[in-house]
Amino acid sequence: MTSEVGRHLLFQSHMPTKTTCLSSQVSDDEQKQKRENIRSLTMSGHVGFESLPDQLVNRSIQQGFCFNILCVGETGIGKSTLIDTLFNTNFEDHGSSHFYPHVRLKAQTYELHESNVRLKLTIVNTVGFGDQINKEESYQPIVDYIDAQFEAYLQEELKIKRALSHYHDSRIHVCLYFISPTGHSLKTLDLLAMKSLDSKVNIIPVIAKADAISKAELQKFKIKLMSELVSNGVQIYQFPTDDETIAKINASMNGHLPFAVVGSMDEVKVGNKMVKARQYPWGVVQVENENHCDFVKLREMLICTNMEDLREQTHTRHYELYRRCKLEEMGFTDVGPENKPLSLQETYEAKRHEFYGERQRKEEEMKQMFVQRVKEKEAILKEAERELQAKFEHLKRVHQEERMKLEEKRRLLEEEIIAFSKKKATSEIYQNQPYMASGSNLKKDKDRKNSNFM
Amino acid sequence: MDPMRRSPSPCSSRPSSPRTPPCEMLGYVGIEAVLDQLKIKAMKMGFEFNIMVVGQSGLGKSTMVNTLFKSKMWKSTVQGLGTPTPQTLKLQSVTHVIEEKGVKLKLTVTDTPGFGDQINNDKCLRPLDIEFLQRLCRTVNVVPVIARADSLTIEERETFRRRIQHNLRTHCIEVYPQKCFDEDINDRILNSKIRDRIPFAVVGADREHLVNGRCVLGRKTKWGIIEVENLAHCEFPLLRDLLIRSHLQDLKDITHNVHYENYRVCRLNESHLLPRGPGWVNLAQTPAGPLAAPQPSKACQQDQEDSKDDDEY
Repeated sequence: MTSEVGRHLLFQSHMPTKTTCLSSQVSDDEQKQKRENIRSLTMSGHVGFESLPDQLVNRSIQQGFCFNILCVGETGIGKSTLIDTLFNTNFEDHGSSHFYPHVRLKAQTYELHESNVRLKLTIVNTVGFGDQINKEESYQPIVDYIDAQFEAYLQEELKIKRALSHYHDSRIHVCLYFISPTGHSLKTLDLLAMKSLDSKVNIIPVIAKADAISKAELQKFKIKLMSELVSNGVQIYQFPTDDETIAKINASMNGHLPFAVVGSMDEVKVGNKMVKARQYPWGVVQVENENHCDFVKLREMLICTNMEDLREQTHTRHYELYRRCKLEEMGFTDVGPENKPLSLQETYEAKRHEFYGERQRKEEEMKQMFVQRVKEKEAILKEAERELQAKFEHLKRVHQEERMKLEEKRRLLEEEIIAFSKKKATSEIYQNQPYMASGSNLKKDKDRKNSNFM
Repeated sequence: MDPMRRSPSPCSSRPSSPRTPPCEMLGYVGIEAVLDQLKIKAMKMGFEFNIMVVGQSGLGKSTMVNTLFKSKMWKSTVQGLGTPTPQTLKLQSVTHVIEEKGVKLKLTVTDTPGFGDQINNDKCLRPLDIEFLQRLCRTVNVVPVIARADSLTIEERETFRRRIQHNLRTHCIEVYPQKCFDEDINDRILNSKIRDRIPFAVVGADREHLVNGRCVLGRKTKWGIIEVENLAHCEFPLLRDLLIRSHLQDLKDITHNVHYENYRVCRLNESHLLPRGPGWVNLAQTPAGPLAAPQPSKACQQDQEDSKDDDEY
């Protein structure tokens, strides 16, 4: 039965790539097949695509591999020595001091070759972990570092012109957590650190300097550690058991966790061979002897069997979780209102629209506020003007009144002057009459004058 | 060298790209086991491959696909002379899962019935072909093939091939394997050999015949049996080897790293408008999609009819 699907000529997808959708693609082949109505066909002869895995491998050989290990543990616990032993190389490293005020991370990249495989190995070590008196912030720098690598990858992925195939992937693929061989239980710092890291990175806990514990104590110690991890809900890395070829060995190895390891690049003669070992007065601890420690198991699991799975888990689980959280933080979702599926581009458009709307609204608001302020100021000024005017009017009136009063006074004064002049004139007429009763007249006149003046 | 110099601050960037020389390992570690891990993972996940076949009907596209994958991928259609050629191009896809020695391949074949039926490109590439190929080569890996090569003699094939190669070069059409993606000298040598033989002259057949006691795929004619897998008869094995046995992963890689990335850049830059150029072909829409916009010519016709109606009233 053919499925008729019309496709746009310019729109062709050729591989199951990561879409811009947020949810990780669940590859549930059977379900998908049923949905898409895909049939299985038998071929009548040899076609030749059995070479496909080889083609894939050849491509990978050309590209090279990348593996990043993070070692978390106290100063002096043997991180660098173990890495040296694991990769059978003397990586350049000097011991570090115990007196750092903060925990820092030191990353170094090396290129290793084995037959035709090129491996870019990055080792990240913690410096000063557990050395501080106040250990509260000891593991935060580690979490931040892991997040920073995820962030860098996310940034590259979101670029318009990106070069993912050439990108030097710095995301941490595995965290080897070194536990002190006290023989008792997990330290609080260890528990807290692992708890904050287990959702971000594959954790493989190892018991360092395992030659300090006796075999009997070791077994008890391992059981105690695992039960503490389980009861505190710490998710350590489980070696995958879904593929039949490696399921059995992985399952059995899962039971030996945490691996009790001893590291050493020094060689000691045992029998007639030179082996890597640590020489004590009472005996020789051989690194690669499985009776002495779990070093070989660690190397098997970490490198020979599960390196690819560690890389894949980092990408499909830890990185996807980080990515989802980060994008959701920025406000993107897969499902819009009314539960309809939403593409990243739609969300982006909506956000942009929202942003412009918001900006416009703010502009309007500011405009309004400005207009309002202007009005208010105008009103105040007008009020002031009116007051001033009123005062002016008032003053004018007062002035007017005063003037009138003065006018009145002047008028009165002038009238008086006129009256006085008249009197003066009259008195002068009387003075010119003959002096009969001059004395008495004079006296009478004087009296009259005086009375006038009074 | 101060080892502290390289310490990144907790919240800062990643370690810089290494410029350290390779480190000597003192013995075997087991890093190469990662190749086996890859193989196991690949076998578990299975592979996918999508092919589109383009060309006139009757050229044997379906038969070719069936021959390539040795199974009845597609019912070969025989177009009668009386059936009208469809105006619009309808794409049909069919997906099958085939397995060989534990390797699962999900194969999708897309056919393009109706394309190029109006033109005849017996002699050389016509302008429609040129235009089409130019656009196509920018979006996808194109492998040109001379179909029905059983009607050409060896010399005629060679002449035709050279003419096509000349046409492609003149119009700067880069077919697969593209010169610009040759990574090193080995690639270039290998791919130049392939480029010399492109387009392959192929014959498709899905019937088996007995030849010299062997059972072979071939076409039986009055003058003999054309063995499809015989290099002396046709170049089908070269096509098959290129597509399936040696370059399948490369085809996928180029599609993913180059064509898809180019598309992505254009798409992200243009917001939500898909580019439409001249010659945009109206294709059948998916059932759930919106209705296709009517063709301009049809719309004009409609208007005319409407106005006619108005006049009558």
